[in-house]
Amino acid sequence: MDLSSINPILLIASLMVASTPILLAAIGEMVAEKSGVLNLGVEGMMIVGAICGFATAVETGSPFIGFIAAAAGGAILSLIFGFLTQYLLSNQVATGLALTLFGLGLSSLMGQSYVGIKPPATEKLDIPLLSDIPAIGPMLFNHDIWVYVSLALVAAVWAFLKYTRGGLILRAVGESHDAAHALGYNVIFVRLAAIAFGGACAGLGGAYLSLVRVPQWTEGMTAGAGWIALAIVVFASWRAGRVLLGAYLFGGITVLQLNLQAAGVAIPVELLSMSPYLITILVLVIISSDRNRAALNAPASLGRAFHASH
Amino acid sequence: MTNEPLLNIQGLRKAYPGVVANDDVSFAVGKGEVHALLGENGAGKSTLVKMVYGLVKPDIGTMTFDGAAYTPGSPHEARSTGVAMVFQHFSLFEALDVAENVALGMENPPPMGQLAARIREVSEEYGLPLDPNRLVGDLSAGERQRVEIIRCLLQDPKLLIMDEPTSVLTPQEVEILFQTLRQLQSEGTSILYISHKLEEIRALCDGATILRLGKVVGSCDPREKSARELAELMVGTELKTPTVASHDLGQVALSLTNLSVASSNPFGTSLKDVSLDVQAGEVLGIGGVAGNGQDELLGALSGELLSTPESVKFNGNPIGHLGPNERRTLGVLAAPEERLGHAAAPDMSLIENAALTANIRKNMVKNGFLDWGKAKAFAETVIKEFDVRTPGSGNAARALSGGNLQKFVIGREILQSPDVLVVNQPTWGVDASAAASIRQALLDLASEGAAIIVISQDLDELMEISGRFAALNEGRLSEPRCTIGLTIDEIGLMMGGAHGMEVAHTHQSEGAV
Repeated sequence: MDLSSINPILLIASLMVASTPILLAAIGEMVAEKSGVLNLGVEGMMIVGAICGFATAVETGSPFIGFIAAAAGGAILSLIFGFLTQYLLSNQVATGLALTLFGLGLSSLMGQSYVGIKPPATEKLDIPLLSDIPAIGPMLFNHDIWVYVSLALVAAVWAFLKYTRGGLILRAVGESHDAAHALGYNVIFVRLAAIAFGGACAGLGGAYLSLVRVPQWTEGMTAGAGWIALAIVVFASWRAGRVLLGAYLFGGITVLQLNLQAAGVAIPVELLSMSPYLITILVLVIISSDRNRAALNAPASLGRAFHASH
Repeated sequence: MTNEPLLNIQGLRKAYPGVVANDDVSFAVGKGEVHALLGENGAGKSTLVKMVYGLVKPDIGTMTFDGAAYTPGSPHEARSTGVAMVFQHFSLFEALDVAENVALGMENPPPMGQLAARIREVSEEYGLPLDPNRLVGDLSAGERQRVEIIRCLLQDPKLLIMDEPTSVLTPQEVEILFQTLRQLQSEGTSILYISHKLEEIRALCDGATILRLGKVVGSCDPREKSARELAELMVGTELKTPTVASHDLGQVALSLTNLSVASSNPFGTSLKDVSLDVQAGEVLGIGGVAGNGQDELLGALSGELLSTPESVKFNGNPIGHLGPNERRTLGVLAAPEERLGHAAAPDMSLIENAALTANIRKNMVKNGFLDWGKAKAFAETVIKEFDVRTPGSGNAARALSGGNLQKFVIGREILQSPDVLVVNQPTWGVDASAAASIRQALLDLASEGAAIIVISQDLDELMEISGRFAALNEGRLSEPRCTIGLTIDEIGLMMGGAHGMEVAHTHQSEGAV
């Protein structure tokens, strides 16, 4: 066992990379849930985003266009869910599960001819001055743009929900769709927009996996990241800051345990492999252990179908 | 009103598949007039005001507002024209604070900081103190209504629609509300006031339009009619007053001793030290503003909320730790307030719903198998004896109108001949004649020797049927008092007076001194 083989600078740098897909998916899902929609199809939207982004990037040679295509792919898939649940009033849980299965199948069909190809590399931003700071530079300021996009997105979502009228309406719709409807707000439109945003974010998260983190295409490559994103939203009690904490915690422990495995620590591999799931959920459960406060943050109309009755 | 009316409605009709909610409705509201819209539940009052507020589009008919044609396509348009509405239900968000709730009901809200100041200013001007930073979920029913009223007032409406505003207020709060409305009237605001509380309408309104089954059946000056005449105009027939058969009371059937139960709802009210005795043959009325522990009290009595065994006793035996089915076996039955989803499973048939609570006392289960024949027979007995209007017992509970379903769920419990029956809001949303028959059935059950607890927000109902009255206030129960000789002021004080309004009063009287 040789712990000195673990380089803390590399550890933190790879932590940020490992966390980004989950963070993107989770922040999108949080917005959808804040509007009262429980979309369990995150995993499916992520993997469709992963293959859309991968295929587009390979065909066009531009990873950036790939990411845009991934967001569009995720959003389109999520709007299928939106149409079914908002207009046809199908059950959100069942439809979300079906969306995941559909997405997994669709992605492996789309990805048939892309197995084993290497995508064009996403360049790292070389931020002048900041990335030259010793230790901190390579740790925090030597990443690709999507790491910073994901962080900016968290801040933007937080500010949107807290300070803007649009955010207030979104929260109101998630809190009581009947009241929002009675005041003249278009519940279905708000929810569809939130669903599409969630889908686009999940798509970006998936593309980050296939274009940056791994980077290649394999079937089922999201490997449960979408489910972790869903769990993080709930345990973070629908707060943007805690979603960030949860995602980075999960990513961090994933990277750490891989490093520990490589360093040959005398802990069974199975325990190490389960540790990110276990620790993330444990920490977030402890944070949100005040049940009354957690219930306050939970959107009261979450998962309930809205049908305007007069 | 000599000048042109503010709102003029001509020949409005709205039909839904299977029902005509409004047919050829015409009336006018003058400037500065307080106009009452009277009618039973289901008479079409709500649909009518929703058309005025832009939530529903009329099929035919025209409206003019302030002399111009008025066809609101959405509540946003209605608000910018000068129409504001205080809803009966469904328009506040519990997890948002007061200022956010107000902002959601405004077209062009100022920034939050200024809005909070405006809320303070307007709320003091009208004697309705309100803290803009509090969560609505933590407010009492009276304070919540203030939020709705302030939201309307901030937009300087020309017409204020109020849909049953007093159903959740204590008598003192009603008085304060009326002062506010009179102040608005004197400033020239017209008010369209919906209610079925006739004395209030007589005290407040200048004119009234009476609706029955979607049609205007008359208009009158409510100050010139007696409450009884108005009621008969609404119902269209003579009203029967329930009769109390005098009978002797038996032993204490149910007793609560220092019952304290925590609410399972974050915005609920926990019960604190509730003590109470009910004798066999007695009807005990429990009043109080909604949200002061009514649901929790029903839960603690029905067995949905468990407590320490000794705090609830039935015929002297501790039952606080027993669940609903065990209590039903003993003869302690309950009918909760929420009909769909609590008292009845919406998508199950009436037969299944009958079996859900009656299978124990009516021996419908043998060796784990349900005797559907018995269940069907029981459901049909309930339907027949309580005049439940439905095509058949196989219909889903959801398909029944609120009043009919209420008759069914109350009848289902009464026909199981309970020793103790607890009902919450037994006649909520039920028309006057059906309400009278439910009350009569409760009285008959009591005269057969059952102990009955009626939890209700309708004070008239409680005064009519109960022998003793107690009030819930913030989870505490007042000492029960004999209803004979109890004045409305005393009742109001038992209900907690004017919930935080004392401040406004002292403020005003200081000004007077």
